[in-house]
Amino acid sequence: MSTDIPLTKPETGENPVNPFLRMDRMPSIWCPGCGIGTTVNCFARAVSQCGLNLDKIVVVSGIGCTGRVAGYLNLDSFHTTHGRPIPFATGLKLANPELKVIVYSGDGDLIAIGGNHFIHAARRNIDIVVVCINNFTYGMTGGQVTPTTPSPAVASTTPYGAFEHPFNLPHLADSCGATYVARWTSYHVRQVAKSMREALNKRGFSFIEIISPCPTLYARRNRLGDGLDAMKYYAEKSVLKNGADTREVGIAYQGEIIIGKFVDRERPTFIEAYNERHAAALGPKFTPYPTGFGPQNGGGKPAPAEG
Amino acid sequence: MKADPKGVLTGAHYLDGDHACCEGALAAGCRFAAGYPITPSTEVVERIAARFPRIGGMFIQMEDEIASSIAILGAAWGGLKAMTVTSGPGFSLMMEHIGLAAMTETPCVIVNVQRGGPSTGLPTLPGQADMLQAKYGSHGDYEIVAVCPNSPQEAFDLTIHAFNLSEKYRVPALVMLDECVGHMTERVIIPAADQIEVYPRRFTTKKSGEYLPFLANHDMVPDMIKAGDGYRVHITGLTHNEKGYPAMNWQAQEKLIRRLVNKIRLHADEIVRYEETDVDGAEVVVISYGISSRVALRGMELARQKGARVGLHRLVVAWPFPEKRVTELARRVKALVVVEMNYGQMVREVERAVKGACPVVLCGHGGGNVHDPKDIAEAILAARFARRPSEAFAGVEV
Amino acid sequence: MADEPKRLKDPKKEKYRGVVFVEPDRCKGCAFCVEFCPFGALALSAEFNGKGYHPPVLAYPDQCNGCDLCGLYCPDFAIFALRYHNPEYVGKPTPAKAEAVKEVAT
Repeated sequence: MSTDIPLTKPETGENPVNPFLRMDRMPSIWCPGCGIGTTVNCFARAVSQCGLNLDKIVVVSGIGCTGRVAGYLNLDSFHTTHGRPIPFATGLKLANPELKVIVYSGDGDLIAIGGNHFIHAARRNIDIVVVCINNFTYGMTGGQVTPTTPSPAVASTTPYGAFEHPFNLPHLADSCGATYVARWTSYHVRQVAKSMREALNKRGFSFIEIISPCPTLYARRNRLGDGLDAMKYYAEKSVLKNGADTREVGIAYQGEIIIGKFVDRERPTFIEAYNERHAAALGPKFTPYPTGFGPQNGGGKPAPAEG
Repeated sequence: MKADPKGVLTGAHYLDGDHACCEGALAAGCRFAAGYPITPSTEVVERIAARFPRIGGMFIQMEDEIASSIAILGAAWGGLKAMTVTSGPGFSLMMEHIGLAAMTETPCVIVNVQRGGPSTGLPTLPGQADMLQAKYGSHGDYEIVAVCPNSPQEAFDLTIHAFNLSEKYRVPALVMLDECVGHMTERVIIPAADQIEVYPRRFTTKKSGEYLPFLANHDMVPDMIKAGDGYRVHITGLTHNEKGYPAMNWQAQEKLIRRLVNKIRLHADEIVRYEETDVDGAEVVVISYGISSRVALRGMELARQKGARVGLHRLVVAWPFPEKRVTELARRVKALVVVEMNYGQMVREVERAVKGACPVVLCGHGGGNVHDPKDIAEAILAARFARRPSEAFAGVEV
Repeated sequence: MADEPKRLKDPKKEKYRGVVFVEPDRCKGCAFCVEFCPFGALALSAEFNGKGYHPPVLAYPDQCNGCDLCGLYCPDFAIFALRYHNPEYVGKPTPAKAEAVKEVAT
């Protein structure tokens, strides 16, 4: 965001998000009213405000509508296999800890097929940011039920309504040891950008869940209107509770959505723990593995006062 | 270029195949490994866990083989040479990511210390029944390269070779060990670092705006980059164009897949490697690989005592398969005998290459133990009088 | 197409004004920008773009202060606002100015 505000009305202008996008691939494949693009705007905002070196930022995604984010961002980006962006990101980060690695994927990809990798990366406190766009569905394949779909929402594989108990993602992340856990919705654009900025500057496993509309599948099958109706539901039913107990932030069907920053703590990252243990055991024979911490990584500019 | 001395344990050692494989990786410049414990490969990662921290490498035991097989791809794009290690059941789990590595042309090495299968099978006993899976295990059309060490020394040497092949052709390279070679302890000579040839990753010299991640050079292999160098590449497992962008049409598919398979097939002559013993004037040639090839030597000895003139063609590189050489051999011999620890895998490649020019006899079995050399001898002796184009010995139908 | 703006602002009291740029061919007519503009300055136009959607226009230019919430909300990166200083701004004095005035008075 430019801090120089012109005195006269600009006749032309460049969309501030353009440098972050692969313009030659627009328009995106996302449906009208899909909230994924909104979160990408917030991400672009957060990245530019962090002052991070764009060359060192890498986005890793899985398969799904949210997985396509990697293809639209003008950053080093990797569109990997279904459920596996997190272990790919782990290898990438450990090979070059200087990189700022962000996993950007959907609820089905990260938590169903990717669930195992999610809990282990959180446990290990791998220094990555995981952005989970939760639209309660597998959109790309036509709207099937996911582990976050609340009962009794209709999905293509639960035509009589979902009946399983869904995951409470912030609680899952918190209980596995994530050091930053927040949930917002696509409606809360400023908070999303701010939260992403905080996560980008924080060391360790950061998890941001963003509830987002899927107008074509989740909303349509459940007669919940379009993307705008979903956003209005988020605006109306969201309750801000920073620091809430994550055990209590589960979402019922069309129910209250508790948003906020729930967890923000410190503990050694994977590489820090690795270095500590090996130094203790090997003494001077061990050269610490680089943590990558520095202005680009976990030591960046603090968030400005204004969001 | 020469190996980095930091990773080279120069000297004469007494190592088993698994341990020698670890040392080969280190000598080749591997500095990232991800793995998951599975018999009989676990010793490789155990040694890696002990050795890597002392030389600046990174080993992480991942939560499963699926994670291990993609963590190495992430590490490769982070700029490191990376390896994972497994056995049958884990190998099956890794198939999707072998395909991803082939599709994204990510250099990496996957070691399979084969054991009795299928399924949980015989974890502590040898097998050689993953050979076709090595080539065809993932979905879609693609090519890989695979090496078959038959001794701990070769486990060292061929692991280095696998790294070199994977870098040269930007392809996943498989090291197909077996439990016998993996757990057999023998003398392993590790030369000085400046005696070891290591193929460096070919990074592009082009500038950021000019570089196209999948624009191949004359050798059909594109130059590589690593994340963080400012190239802003997009790498996807979707069918893609030279820019790396998804291209969802048959033309892009044809162009890409043709290059991916031809990259290996048209270079097969350079990649193929085999070792032949006493093949000139032989009436029967044994084709074998891995531990079976050593047992075959004993079987050949016994057959010679009964008057057979027999030679050995040993696969050192199993994939690509040495078709041309086998076609040639088929015209000179009365029969070929394929000795492998399975119910017929590489024998199919042999038959394909032979094209009916001579009978092909399979001397195989279910695994769990090496062949009885007497069975091999009998197969060789009987092969001299074989009539049918393909025969199985000792009740094994092909 | 739009109703009266949500919060009528006195243009003279706004420090900043805004101008909005739309890339009509990227728009998918989701109307997030129209709905979430704090001042209701936007409306979906009657025009169609190439895909048949109605892109937004700045229906009430005086109401735009360049906050760029429309840009932040747009899932298709089709709209953004730029801010500039309002030439008609007649705002409250700053504290420093007030002190100076007080000094002169006493």
